[in-house]
Amino acid sequence: MTQAFRNSDGGRIDRGKRVSFTFDGQNLEGFAGDTLASALLANGVRLVGRSFKYHRPRGIVGSGPEEPNALIQLGVGAHTEPNTRATQIALFDGLVSESQNAWPGVGFDVGAINNMVSKAIPSGFYYKTFMWPAAAWMFYEKFIRSAAGLGKAPTEPDPETYEKRSVWCDVLVVGGGPAGLAAALAAGATGARVILADEQSEFGGSLLASRDRIEGRDGADWAGDVIDDLAGMPEVRVLSRTTVVSYHDHNYLVAVERVNDHLPLGKRHGPRQRLWKVRARQVVLATGAIERPLVFAENDRPGVMLAGAVRTYVNRYGARPGNRAVVFTNNDSAYRAAIDASDGGIAIAAIVDCRAQPEGALVRLARERGIEIVAGSVITGVRGTKQVSEVEVATLTQDGSDVAGARRSIDCDLVMMSGGWNPTVHLYSQSGGKLAWNADLATFVPATAAQKSREAGAVNGSFSLMAALAEGSRAGSAAARDAGFEGEEPAVPACDAGPGDGVLALQALWDVPCGRKGAKRFLDFQNDVTASDVALAHRENYSSVEHFKRYTTTGMGTDQGKTSNVNGLAIMAGLRGVDVPEVGHTTFRPFYTAVTVGALAGINSGPELLDPVRKTPMHHWHEQHGAHFEDVGQWKRPYCYLRPGETVKQAVDREVLAARTSVAILDASTLGKIDIQGPDALELINRVYTNNFATLKVGACRYGLMCKDDGMVFDDGVTARIGENRYLMSTTTGGAPNVLNWLEEWLQCEWRDLEAYCTSVTTHWAAIAIAGPNSRRLLAELTATDLSNEAFPFMTWQDGEIAGIPGRIFRISFSGETGFEVQVPASYALALWRALMTAGEKYSITPYGTEAMHVLRAEKGFIIAGQDTDGTTTPYDLGMDWIVSKKKGDFLGKRGLERPDTLRDDRKQLVGLLTEDPNEVIPEGAHVSPSPHSNKPVPMEGWVTSSYYSPNCGRSIAMALLRGGAGRIGETVAIPLEHKVVRAKITRPVFFDEEGERLRG
Amino acid sequence: MAKMKYSIFSLLRQARDYHRGWPKAWRSPEPKPSYDVIIIGGGGHGLATAYYLAKEHGITNVAVLEKGWLGGGNTGRNTTIVRSNYLWDESAHLYEHSLKLFEGLSQDLNYNVMFSQRGVINLAHNEHDLKELSRRGHACRLNGIDYEMISAEQIKQIAPIINISKNIRYPVLGGSIQRRAGNARHDAVAWGYARRADEFGIDIIQNCEVTGIDIENGRVTGVQTTRGPIKARKIGAVPAGHATVVGNMAGLTLPVESHPLQAMVSEPIKPVLDTVIMSNTVHVYISQSDKGELVLGAGIDGFNSYAQRGSLDVIEHQLEALCDLYPIVKRLRIMRTWGGIVDTCPDASPIVSKTPVEGFYMNCGWGTGGFKATPGSGWVFAHTIAQDRPHRLNEAFDLKRFETGFLIDEHGAAAVAH
Amino acid sequence: MLLIECPHCGPREQTEFTCGGEGHIVRPDPATATDAEWGHYLFMRKNPKGLHYERWFHAHGCRQWFHAARSTVTHEIFAIYGIDEPPPAIDANKAGSR
Repeated sequence: MTQAFRNSDGGRIDRGKRVSFTFDGQNLEGFAGDTLASALLANGVRLVGRSFKYHRPRGIVGSGPEEPNALIQLGVGAHTEPNTRATQIALFDGLVSESQNAWPGVGFDVGAINNMVSKAIPSGFYYKTFMWPAAAWMFYEKFIRSAAGLGKAPTEPDPETYEKRSVWCDVLVVGGGPAGLAAALAAGATGARVILADEQSEFGGSLLASRDRIEGRDGADWAGDVIDDLAGMPEVRVLSRTTVVSYHDHNYLVAVERVNDHLPLGKRHGPRQRLWKVRARQVVLATGAIERPLVFAENDRPGVMLAGAVRTYVNRYGARPGNRAVVFTNNDSAYRAAIDASDGGIAIAAIVDCRAQPEGALVRLARERGIEIVAGSVITGVRGTKQVSEVEVATLTQDGSDVAGARRSIDCDLVMMSGGWNPTVHLYSQSGGKLAWNADLATFVPATAAQKSREAGAVNGSFSLMAALAEGSRAGSAAARDAGFEGEEPAVPACDAGPGDGVLALQALWDVPCGRKGAKRFLDFQNDVTASDVALAHRENYSSVEHFKRYTTTGMGTDQGKTSNVNGLAIMAGLRGVDVPEVGHTTFRPFYTAVTVGALAGINSGPELLDPVRKTPMHHWHEQHGAHFEDVGQWKRPYCYLRPGETVKQAVDREVLAARTSVAILDASTLGKIDIQGPDALELINRVYTNNFATLKVGACRYGLMCKDDGMVFDDGVTARIGENRYLMSTTTGGAPNVLNWLEEWLQCEWRDLEAYCTSVTTHWAAIAIAGPNSRRLLAELTATDLSNEAFPFMTWQDGEIAGIPGRIFRISFSGETGFEVQVPASYALALWRALMTAGEKYSITPYGTEAMHVLRAEKGFIIAGQDTDGTTTPYDLGMDWIVSKKKGDFLGKRGLERPDTLRDDRKQLVGLLTEDPNEVIPEGAHVSPSPHSNKPVPMEGWVTSSYYSPNCGRSIAMALLRGGAGRIGETVAIPLEHKVVRAKITRPVFFDEEGERLRG
Repeated sequence: MAKMKYSIFSLLRQARDYHRGWPKAWRSPEPKPSYDVIIIGGGGHGLATAYYLAKEHGITNVAVLEKGWLGGGNTGRNTTIVRSNYLWDESAHLYEHSLKLFEGLSQDLNYNVMFSQRGVINLAHNEHDLKELSRRGHACRLNGIDYEMISAEQIKQIAPIINISKNIRYPVLGGSIQRRAGNARHDAVAWGYARRADEFGIDIIQNCEVTGIDIENGRVTGVQTTRGPIKARKIGAVPAGHATVVGNMAGLTLPVESHPLQAMVSEPIKPVLDTVIMSNTVHVYISQSDKGELVLGAGIDGFNSYAQRGSLDVIEHQLEALCDLYPIVKRLRIMRTWGGIVDTCPDASPIVSKTPVEGFYMNCGWGTGGFKATPGSGWVFAHTIAQDRPHRLNEAFDLKRFETGFLIDEHGAAAVAH
Repeated sequence: MLLIECPHCGPREQTEFTCGGEGHIVRPDPATATDAEWGHYLFMRKNPKGLHYERWFHAHGCRQWFHAARSTVTHEIFAIYGIDEPPPAIDANKAGSR
């Protein structure tokens, strides 16, 4: 085929640039400037897809985002993209396209069997069947699922990239048709920062599809000149191939720019698509209108198209969707399309007009050209399975509810239909704007804007070129003025759109009678919803707009009802005997057209960018020494260090033993550190911890527990008094940001009389914990500070120089071992770590990870907030009564701890558990039961929070939160596991060095 | 008021006459002057309550008052996940009761609610997640709720599109699966309950907004509505999204805050996923509908709102993580996003309770997880209203717990809030 | 997607802020508060449909807390005011439905 349906001249395609592509394996040619749809039509391809439910043959209906049928699987392999509208695919060399939802092919499709049984499967049929036997649904569902869906997802990761830009502007103009161009020009002239976005490759909107003239030029040329003018304005940004898809609160709009989709793979550079997030002071919506199909019998045959779309193909692409057309309309605009089509070489067999006496400039023009007008009539049937071959026409009865008289057949290969125009109010409606029903136009138009936006042109129902230009200019000037920019409103350019421009003289025509039972009159082409389905929904009382939409699935396809919504509402209104506004309309949801997941995600995915990766200064060293990392919040922490041939358990055991027998070091840099200063710093600390800090002397450290005001444990850590009015608070790794925010909130909002300042110094100071009997000896080699027990007792700290690095030495220990923690500025930490490793060689110094740290602290019964607590645990539950001050005044959590439920003595309380079999390690999370063999539900009385094999104890150890546990020491309890019951003795939760001699030693 | 039975036979019989013989699924009656019980809120929970009042307690002089269209709140806006793998006994027992009702619901209602037990997988991305899932698993096992811990490789077998490579920001370390869990068709649940409740003679009155609650001597006597006053001996309020508004009418202050929760669907594609996968850590919830759309749940916005729309950044974050976990989605397109209003309680557990006002009962605070509870919630609420005391299954979900501190803290315990 | 006028930094994107919920909640005297009063303070919220006085934290900015009067229906922000200031009077109708 060699573009048999291409005119030899006219249109905005470049006949000098041939473009090869394939459709369903067939090699075809088009021209630069084509869409896939226009190229297919030029090549005489009419059958392009199968419908969702009945698998009926379908052709191209529209010319833009409204297209319901021509959904294409575009590209192959990793580049494949399902459900792409042929009407919006820019043709490029080497483009590969395939039809969808048909097997083995679009010409012969096995799924079309659904069409034969379609009588039995109306809307909602699935709610009424597949219920027997009870388990049957999942059986039937398998078949339904595989039959449903449209295109195929890629099976490989996307090789292309996406990016985002956040921008602001004074005026955002959405839509680059005549109204939008006039608005941008008027706003831009004031010096305001303007963004003009249009979804097409070229600006001009309706001008590209018409033969209108502006200022003595072809309308499309005028559009090009305007774009040139705008390019000369430094504050104006012009974005083509950019669809504004959503309108959010506070004038925040999102647009998708298709940067590369129109290029052959080899010519793509940079991101595939770019998401623009625009905060606009003022918005001008010049989003145009979308033509409405007519709902008549067999209106889904390939070759039944929107009249305006045919006009577009002829005028813009020089492509003829057929050679002989019947026009079916209820308004004047289709006459314009008929005249243009006729001039473009399509014979107009007849114009079938439901109006009894159509008149007006365009009607006269058509008559003058000798086009037959069949007035007061409708199409009652369309023949031709894979392409229209003839239509049947009959006269409407007086009241329009039925047809009468003889049927007349008219041969044709194309039907051009127009049921009027729906303003593209999607964004307007998303912004919260209210819609009003315009009876003359039989559609919804904007009424009251909710945000700082204006509408111009066809979106307002102003369909003439003159009105579009005038409203555009006015809206652009006014928007700029409201954004703070004064300027003269430019004169509206002179224009000529021919006689009768913008006049519809529409007569509402919804469910078109055909005098036959069971004839399918399609409303939603993609989802195969017919007028009878609306009637069924009404009959069964799914009559409210949302019920009808959901029950019939009207408007829920990929076109989101752009052509079906108003028809559906009106047909339902007719059935209910009310006006359309009483039925109302469904809410317009983002997005106007579907948005690629990749564009919404941008660059923020993958191992580095999904979430910041936080690494300590020693991270690289850890990596080189076999560290097996775990994620703790955003941090990467060594879980253990694997030596060659070692299992994780062996490594952990080795590290745990080393800490108790010689010396081991831990990278503790991730623990949160907050520097608190000010005359009231102490008061602040005293109010947020449950225990008393008033007695803490400079140079001393104290462990503290923090509760929320309900008395539940929130975080814990050691706080050191650095100076008279200065403290260093440490927090858990994951809790650091929360604690800082917590302090700030109380300081700023509630305790405004306190003068204290909190600064996160987590990443300023790196920290190394040194644990084990040789820790003092090792550290002494690297510092002049006297580390003896007398000079440097437990729970104190001193400034010191370690390995020549000035820092702080803390005599604290989370391992329960003799130990120190050294903090130095982060940039010196790796040097210190290396110095310790070198000096420690003679003690077989061992780096240890988080798991060894957990085992060590569990041997001592030290809790981990978030592991041994869960947001329902009080300090009393932890057996830490000693940490709740009875002396000091109020503190956060004090009153919460006195509520009836927190005072109960049968709460879950922390205990130790020693299994009868010392080698049995109870799984963490296992539950304790008083009657493990009872029928389910088996009663539970607590759960194991921490459980390890302790190489130092030579047996397993566990901690549990157990109902009334504090009073049950010595009891044996049962822990029912999947295949056995483990028995364990309740102990105090401390398993090693109960007296703390090592700690203080 | 016996309805035509739905079956393949009635469908074929009706087909012969172009489906002109189907009766209304429910009537649209005018409100009567008085009822024994008024249910405020015609969502799934309210309609289920009405149905079980009739079926289990023989109370049929009941009206369900809905300010919009039935099933139009969160019932029709959620991601349709049904599961019962909760941590705390109180929650587990209630949700399990609900899941069991779901298992026979299509037959009970003679309406296909398309309950599909294709399994729900929870992912673990770090050691903490693994511990939490394990704790939940042990509790579920003892509570008689099916639950298995599974490895990343097993997850990959069930859902081949998942990326279990170690080279992503938060790799999948493993997870759990509840095989009896799955999806149901949300609208069908509301419509099925409505149809059967109507069959019992219960009046479902749409476009009837309650504007006031009449109380005399501490006892309810009726409601004021946009369609006039209606008397009632008892009133059960199930106004998801508007709990505070309705509660205030009865003089109650509630521990509830309303937030937007968003969800979205992709364009339909051929089947790629036959289970439900949830990840709390990276906030991704995904399943594929029978139509072929990927159904994605996002998180809630941090601020109070009664607008059924949320912020874009919530969606962006969710999709960022989605691309990591399911790399094939990147070229697919999001077709539609929407929001609902969820009423959240401080402990992420609902209130199904008597109130200080005699004859006034409150069912609210289901947060992000109400759909799965629909049958169970209706069942226990009907009991609470009919007997004027809670059922054993909802005793703990009392309003008083916020005074005593006896919270059922699913949130605090890091159990799944979705 | 709100645009919030931080009193210290000027208008900034919502993503820079954290909402702290209802403002002006008075913490009762713990020494005398009943269990009911304490429970009320901890958990009960006004959660109005319409005008909401709430507090916000410019977490990724100046890290200052402030108050906002905002409609929970239209999301319109009527006033931004200091954390130590009383709630300004706002015409409640303005905060109504949309």
